[in-house]
Amino acid sequence: MKTKGKVIGIVSNLVTVQVDGPVAENELCYITLDGTPLLAEVIKVNGDKASVQVFESTRGLKNGDSVEFEGRMLEVTLGPGLLSSVYDGLQNNLATMGSVFLKRGEYTDPLDHKKLWEFTPIAKPGDKVVAADWLGEVKEGWLPHKIMVPFSFKGEYTVKKIIPAGMYNIDMVIAVLTNQDGEDVFVDMTQKWPVKVAVKAYQEKPRPQRIMETGVRCIDTFNPIAEGGTGFIPGPFGCGKTVLQHAIAKQGEADVIVMAACGERANEVVEIFTEFPELIDPHTGRHLMERTTIICNTSNMPVAAREASVYTAMTICEYYRAMGLKCLLLADSTSRWAQALREMSNRMEELPGAEAFPVDLSAIISNFYSRAGMVVLNNGQTGAVTFIGTVSPAGGNLKEPVTESTKKAARCFYGLEQNRADQKRYPAVNPIESYSKYLEYPEIISYLDKNVEEGWVAKVLEAKNILRRGREANDQINILGDDGVPIGYHISFWKSELIDFVFLQQDAFDEIDALCPMERQKYMLDLVLELCNTDYQFDDFEQCRNFFKELINDLRQMNYTPFRSDAFNGYAAKTQKLTENHGN
Amino acid sequence: MATKAYQRIYTRLEAITKATVSLRAKGISNDELAVVGGRLAQVVKTKGDLVTLQVFSGTEGIPTDAAVTFLGEPPTIKVSDQLSGRFFNAYGKPIDGGPEVEGETREIGGPSVNPYKRRQPSELIPTGIAGIDLNNTIVSGQKIPFFADPDQPYNQVMADVALRADVDKIILGGMGLSNDDYLFFRHAFEDAGALDKIICFVNTTEDPPVERLLVPDMALTAAEYFAVDKNEKVLVLLTDMTLYADALSIVSNRMDQIPSKDSMPGSLYSDLAKIYEKAVQLPTEGSITIIAVTTLNDGDITHAIPDNTGYITEGQLFLRADSDSGKVIIDPFRSLSRLKQRVQNIKTREDHSQVMNAGVRLYADAQNAKTKLENGFDLSDYDHRCLDYAKEYATRLLSIDVNISITEMLDTAWELFAKYFSKAETGIKQSLIDKYWKGR
Repeated sequence: MKTKGKVIGIVSNLVTVQVDGPVAENELCYITLDGTPLLAEVIKVNGDKASVQVFESTRGLKNGDSVEFEGRMLEVTLGPGLLSSVYDGLQNNLATMGSVFLKRGEYTDPLDHKKLWEFTPIAKPGDKVVAADWLGEVKEGWLPHKIMVPFSFKGEYTVKKIIPAGMYNIDMVIAVLTNQDGEDVFVDMTQKWPVKVAVKAYQEKPRPQRIMETGVRCIDTFNPIAEGGTGFIPGPFGCGKTVLQHAIAKQGEADVIVMAACGERANEVVEIFTEFPELIDPHTGRHLMERTTIICNTSNMPVAAREASVYTAMTICEYYRAMGLKCLLLADSTSRWAQALREMSNRMEELPGAEAFPVDLSAIISNFYSRAGMVVLNNGQTGAVTFIGTVSPAGGNLKEPVTESTKKAARCFYGLEQNRADQKRYPAVNPIESYSKYLEYPEIISYLDKNVEEGWVAKVLEAKNILRRGREANDQINILGDDGVPIGYHISFWKSELIDFVFLQQDAFDEIDALCPMERQKYMLDLVLELCNTDYQFDDFEQCRNFFKELINDLRQMNYTPFRSDAFNGYAAKTQKLTENHGN
Repeated sequence: MATKAYQRIYTRLEAITKATVSLRAKGISNDELAVVGGRLAQVVKTKGDLVTLQVFSGTEGIPTDAAVTFLGEPPTIKVSDQLSGRFFNAYGKPIDGGPEVEGETREIGGPSVNPYKRRQPSELIPTGIAGIDLNNTIVSGQKIPFFADPDQPYNQVMADVALRADVDKIILGGMGLSNDDYLFFRHAFEDAGALDKIICFVNTTEDPPVERLLVPDMALTAAEYFAVDKNEKVLVLLTDMTLYADALSIVSNRMDQIPSKDSMPGSLYSDLAKIYEKAVQLPTEGSITIIAVTTLNDGDITHAIPDNTGYITEGQLFLRADSDSGKVIIDPFRSLSRLKQRVQNIKTREDHSQVMNAGVRLYADAQNAKTKLENGFDLSDYDHRCLDYAKEYATRLLSIDVNISITEMLDTAWELFAKYFSKAETGIKQSLIDKYWKGR
């Protein structure tokens, strides 16, 4: 029998319910408001009073309204048809909602029950299977979508029956399994999983082995992110967080991309689902939308669902990872999620931690980041979830709880800098303070040796060092004046500017420059380092500056022209000639 | 608000603060309105049968035995074409001496538009101001605030922008407007002969601060009526959102909530987002564009109000007095329009984005030169050229008193480039240089 209750207190979306039976932490319930059921989640229990956060507006709710508990946690439905969908934070399909305005209490089915899928069996009767083993496969667009033994199944099962290849809908029972007690269980194409629980149906989670290319030079070369790795992008508003994240979404080397728009602008989501169906995936030539799922809880949608949205997105990634696919999860922005936690904690009158955030914020964030990773599946194949989150630090100050907590959890740090953005040096990733821990991984170093160039990491570190020296030289020039320092300081400074302008800066809106494949990155870094390693002779600093400005201009033109085209080679020859006049 | 017959009247208040009253009552719904001692109030919290009401006009003089009646519904506004050309207070009551508006009753602060039903904003809104059109182009369906110190002429600029913009309705939400500014807007709209497309909801400094909380929702519900029901292009002006946020903090403080940064409520981000996210381009021709004002304290954008605003809005326009040109300019470094890529080079000339970037980059070089100058260093020839360029660039393009077409702005920029710099120094794509370079 379901536990029931009555509303006895309301503050915004925090509702207190007097209950008549057992309730669980994070259990779902429906509050009935004039016949409309509003979904809510238990976040605290005290005696027979449960505090629930309502995923909808509570306008018009009265004390005494009835509540019914569901006996389950917030779950997502997993099955064919997730790709190309646009969901809200609770996995309601936004595309199938009727009205222009979001209607309270309108819940839509995440998957299409009528659509027929082309099913091919993988398992045979008599096979022994455990959770996440592949039973069959359907073609979800181009992607081989595996139908698996549900993650929630415990112990070993024997396949009793599996249906032959054919066209079926998702509700079709595709297999009958027998458990160790000899009972038959039926498996259709869908399964449910509670979003806040990590899917652990795999053999092991090894260290990352290779990098995930993004086509963004300041990431791939300077601070690469591993496949199955974690990274975060903190930055004040207006520094290009969203542009950078969209570039990664468009160009990232992954089979499946899930974008969680968490408490951000609706127009940014509109941009994704307007442009992605048109844009082509540079790795496969297919439309980008075919590999993308959008979880969208924009800033004006109910706050409580904001927290749910990132978990929903992560669970979908874990599901595709179990099929042996490479997934990329982008969450913009995790700060909004933390703020949602703060709002609730505040309404519950909990003792606050730093800046009124809940005290367990750090634990919640690191727990979430730990769900990313590369895994070895039961059948020996691998899958990965790479996670990049953005952080919106208040006032652009990185000494705030969300940034600090995330720094402990994520392995890559792409700090966006106001100063660089002001100078329109995009992407505004600070080249000196940003880091990728993966550059220290022996696995990654040897991967880069093999796949890019022997000794690649040493070259990257050399380039970083030139930048650092350039910054020091610039500080000296600013203190002592152009004439007050030896010419060598100017040369150091301009070499760092050369790397900055030619390699780090990248025009995300230019057709050619936006995507820079690894081969081209290698060519450009080699070229730039060769120029930096040349000794130059100048009469004075004006001559030095004019030379480098011209050099930079030609090299930038190369970035705007197709790789190894006549125009490209022409500029390369021009830079060669230019350096011969001044270099030794 | 008329009281209905047979309504229960409560006469025992349990607690009174400056902004709220509490009493015991049954069957009360969240967000519903009430009248407390003749003043409008709204339910903000219930705990058992203890109900807390936020009294919009403040609680001064309210006795513990004040009569309280509940109205059973959240705040509403009547919408129809009769709204055009009218001036209202925060409750939607006429303040222009005209009759009450007849029309359909709508709840204010209603649900948001399904993001999937939105269209990507793509209509340019030209303003004639180069600091906006050239560097920070505005698009219909966008939300963007002016960040300005209180002494900047932000209301004048906003009125200019509104009257030059090609829109069907202009809805002004005035919060804590001084009486002078209110009359300024009124006269500016009258002089432009634009009264028939103006609607104003005004809370002046003479009105109680908490009343301001109703103004944005009133203005935006009216805007939604014209944009959704009538397919019109609506421009909503909200000034000053800092005073709105201050009113939020007053209420949350009175309700004993733990403040977060800068003594603002922890929900400030969501509260502001609920307003700004009403900006929308609908699949039909209708749209709502929001231009707001957030006043700053001495240019400090790290304060919680501008900071949260910046994360919500699609850019910001930063007003600053420029000592070189003696003009108020739109600061090219701190200003940004996130949607400018939607129209630049598409609805405007192909060289727009490159000219914009080069113009700003060279202006940045001028700032470096200026720093050198201030520190007493010798300036190079390039530095001198940058400084001269910066002065002319600020006067002819950044200043808010500019009123020219976008093509003229681009041509002016090319003229300045050629006057002060070599082709290579601009760093512009060769193909554009070949086509547009003026002179040598």
